[in-house]
Amino acid sequence: MVAGGLLFAALGKDPFVAIRTIFWDPLFGDFASYTRPQLLIKAGPLILIATGLSFGFRAGIWNIGAEGQYVLGAITGAAVGLAVYPSESRLIFPLMVVAGALGGFAWAMIPALLKVRFGTNEILVSLMLVYVATNLLAWAALGPLQNPEGRGFPGSRNLSQWSASANPELIAGTGMHWGVVTAFAAVIAAYVLLARHSFGFNVRLAGQAPRAAAFAGVNPSRLVVACMGLSGALAGVAGLFEVTGPAGQISIDFNVGYGFTAIIVAFLGRLHPIGILLAGLLMALTYIGGEIAQTQLGLPAAAIQMFQGMLLFFLLAMDLLVQFRLRWKARAIEVPRTVIPQASPAGEAR
Amino acid sequence: MDPILLLASLMVASTPILLASLGELVVERSGVLNLGVEGMMITGAITGFAAGVATNSALLGFVGAAAGGAALSLLFAVLVLWLRSNQVATGLALTLFGLGVAALVGQSYNGIRAPAMPDFRIPLLADIPVLGPILFRHDLVVYLGLALVAGVWWFLNRSRAGLTLRAVGENHDAAHALGYKVLRLRLLAILFGGACAGLGGAYLSLVRVPQWTEGVTAGAGWIALAIVVFASWRPLRLLLGAWLFGGISYLQLNLQAADVRLGFSLFGSRWELPADLQTLLFASAPYLVTILVLVLISSGKGRAALAAPGSLGQPFHASR
Repeated sequence: MVAGGLLFAALGKDPFVAIRTIFWDPLFGDFASYTRPQLLIKAGPLILIATGLSFGFRAGIWNIGAEGQYVLGAITGAAVGLAVYPSESRLIFPLMVVAGALGGFAWAMIPALLKVRFGTNEILVSLMLVYVATNLLAWAALGPLQNPEGRGFPGSRNLSQWSASANPELIAGTGMHWGVVTAFAAVIAAYVLLARHSFGFNVRLAGQAPRAAAFAGVNPSRLVVACMGLSGALAGVAGLFEVTGPAGQISIDFNVGYGFTAIIVAFLGRLHPIGILLAGLLMALTYIGGEIAQTQLGLPAAAIQMFQGMLLFFLLAMDLLVQFRLRWKARAIEVPRTVIPQASPAGEAR
Repeated sequence: MDPILLLASLMVASTPILLASLGELVVERSGVLNLGVEGMMITGAITGFAAGVATNSALLGFVGAAAGGAALSLLFAVLVLWLRSNQVATGLALTLFGLGVAALVGQSYNGIRAPAMPDFRIPLLADIPVLGPILFRHDLVVYLGLALVAGVWWFLNRSRAGLTLRAVGENHDAAHALGYKVLRLRLLAILFGGACAGLGGAYLSLVRVPQWTEGVTAGAGWIALAIVVFASWRPLRLLLGAWLFGGISYLQLNLQAADVRLGFSLFGSRWELPADLQTLLFASAPYLVTILVLVLISSGKGRAALAAPGSLGQPFHASR
């Protein structure tokens, strides 16, 4: 935060005012009644995606393409909904949610299966698919999903104004929509899964001691598929909730980088569900505070992006200083690393 | 399309990823995985552009770009080497940070034209038929890229320092036991990688585009990372990979511009791919091809994985 203040000072703004605008005003400032609901709206998708990612990150499976899965979930979910437009049925919204989850899941399965079958690096593949997904989004918004009554403007019908597909605020004035509810549910489920279920144990084991995991019979392929699939499905659902609620329609640029910010959130929350919940709220705060700072102080939006990146740097540096001592003893008794190639991190990295 | 012109443009189109991936190759050979290439590239793109506009000289712009990329990689080096943070996570953070820095700095440079980069015809050689236009009528940075490929090849295979670097990358504990300065060597490698990525980014903003637009690198840094794998960490194969990808991205743009239609004729009736689907296909082609190549490379009985430096991605501490 000190470095952030220096950054803002370097940009010619009063650092104290800037910090207060970003971290205080959204909650307690003059327009707090408007900005407070925004907090949940922005934190919802971040928490949802980050919770999914945290499993893979713990196990050393790097799904960097959550942004793509998020976009795909939105496209498939919206497509299913729009296919039956304008019928009014209570089943449509749940169906769209399932379709969104499947869309994200399928998109995540591409890097997962390629990794399992061919040993392809999932980092690169999942990332390349983000670019493909944004191209797909542009195609969908201008082509098959375009609003036939939209007079040629890109973008689909407004999903949030069609009652069968709308994802409204559940409690007025809180910003609470189904996506936020799902995010909270996902946090709780992830907590239980990690602490009490054998899947969570396997994930932790594979991340902390790949050799032990191999001996304990953890199937690495199944783990890759499970972690990627989980994060993909959650990202897809997040995309659908966004497109039916706050964004309202499929448009060329409805995605604002939640998939990438969620990576920061996951690490900021130290890959722990509760931590992610708090980190998601904090990150949402910087988003909203950043917007206020933009209008009130003329602080450029990119400064906030940089500030978020800086936050991650400091966290990584500090985190390792903390772990330094924790691991000190473990290092001394570690076996020489002449291990099976599969278990060595070098093999994992590629 | 004139094949000579095509090959000449291919040389130009492949230069950014060639430079960036060459730097990353040296970094990975020293045992460090820097996933921040995209961030360093775009930082180099903007610092190079800013320096170029300020001095009104594209060449000085490239100097600024190398400095910018190296400065960002220094941050990575400190975190990874001395604070021993996770290389994957730090590399990602570097990309996010670099994109933020570039967007912030770049705001005041929107819509300005870059200073012109003069072509430098190598006397005599440029007049050779066929080869002359393809190889010897480019700007200095294209030559620099080719010279660096040769230089890195010589360095890694023929020089003492290069062999030491490889030893550090293959097994840092053994190299340390032999008395080599693991961290210092890795720092130098990372700085070299950052400077190269910066040059590659600046080539996009100063020569290819040539103006500043946000997100000008558009994933080129990630493609560069993929090419390093494609090349199995060897400089000469890297050149091949860069040409392949440069060719694809160049062809893709030209086919779109030329309004070529994909389709086939059957029984006298012609079936054509709808225009919007074709745009989608062409725009995604570089990324899809990257994935395809990665699959082909890694499915070859694990040969690619064996070529990876032994200590890649592992933190080093002298106490071990």
